[in-house]
Amino acid sequence: MNGVHDLGGMQGFGPVRPEPESEEPVFHEEWEGRVYAMVRLIGGLELWNLDMVRHTRESLPPADYLAYSYYEIWFAALRKQLVEYGLVSKEELRTGRASAAVSGAILERVMRAEQVRAEPFMTTSYRRPAPGPARFAPGDRVRARNRHPHGHTRQPRYVRGRIGTIDEHYGSQVYPDLSADGVVEGRHHYCVRFAARELWGESANANSAVYVDLWEDYLEDAP
Amino acid sequence: MTKEHHDNTAPPSDIEPSVRALESLLVEKGLVDPEAMDALLELFKNDIGPSNGKRVVARAWADKDFRRWCLNDPNAAIASLGYVGSQGKQVRVLENTDDVHNLVVCTLCSCYPWPLLGLPPVWYKSPPYRAQAVADPRGVMRQFGTVIGEEKEVRVWDSTSEMRYLVLPQRPPGTEGWCEEELRDLVTRNSMIGVEEAQRPAKTENP
Repeated sequence: MNGVHDLGGMQGFGPVRPEPESEEPVFHEEWEGRVYAMVRLIGGLELWNLDMVRHTRESLPPADYLAYSYYEIWFAALRKQLVEYGLVSKEELRTGRASAAVSGAILERVMRAEQVRAEPFMTTSYRRPAPGPARFAPGDRVRARNRHPHGHTRQPRYVRGRIGTIDEHYGSQVYPDLSADGVVEGRHHYCVRFAARELWGESANANSAVYVDLWEDYLEDAP
Repeated sequence: MTKEHHDNTAPPSDIEPSVRALESLLVEKGLVDPEAMDALLELFKNDIGPSNGKRVVARAWADKDFRRWCLNDPNAAIASLGYVGSQGKQVRVLENTDDVHNLVVCTLCSCYPWPLLGLPPVWYKSPPYRAQAVADPRGVMRQFGTVIGEEKEVRVWDSTSEMRYLVLPQRPPGTEGWCEEELRDLVTRNSMIGVEEAQRPAKTENP
């Protein structure tokens, strides 16, 4: 979707304002850590996948997305998904008190401390077999297609219609555009190099390039 | 929490009690185990952070074979230090050289090599960095005090897939003969994202 989350190349957000690295805490507020942990643990129920989570966040009202801090975005999307999937009712969210029991099948999946400690690095694999042979090879010139899908996509808008070169074929990975709708299929997946001037015109930084990971469906042969 | 990027819009003022209320609701419903929550926060506060990445970089500086392994088969090399399971996300190590400087961003959200660097800093996840890094990387780096000469190619890596990127900064001059532990102290988190170079050794010998 052409959402405000697709920020590459936008202007007017002001300076980056880094905090000194040695002084930056993992969480600035206690509640941020609680939100982070809730999102991870509820995610561990595997009722939805990563692309569904991303799509929920990027589908928040655009003004809210830009106004919220990072973990406020996570919190808003979590509440939305809890209700959508029937884990929590709107009434329960409002009162803060449980009124309906969760099914035993879901409770069996609840993440326990031992699991968290045993698998700290979230070892989910996104590799899946591709439906056919790879269409492109390193060195091929390609054009990013001019797509405007209404659903989730990981093709940033700044590459649309732009010509690049395949840097590497990464194999086949879950295709996000389908995965956000619950269809988990592999597609060939490439790293594509775009010269900065191709993307940003004459005012681009000299001697620079942008590498973007793109799925085969996002690409066509360069003219 | 820093609010600079949206100081014209009031964030929900009741965020803290709302979060607490949701947490107790999820615990009451049995969907969240409080002990699992503590375990997870413990991990990210104490165990998973940039020190993992620093170990990878220092080892690559000190050991040529490990460096080659990191560049040719990063998943296996990094797994050998215990940081990523073999089924985990793929990682690619980007080597800074005399000719190339690498910089990592995620313009669409906040993708970042968690097992190696922990959770990303606020600026990495915020609109100013995500917007500017791909279009004006040298301008972004200047905000960190980093100036990369025009003779050097700047490569920006937009993490739009489940491939994760780690920058291998250049080993600072004046560190010949240093051991891995000493080298580790010169590696910063920011140098592994690419907004800075590794630190130079302090000149303590001379008056």
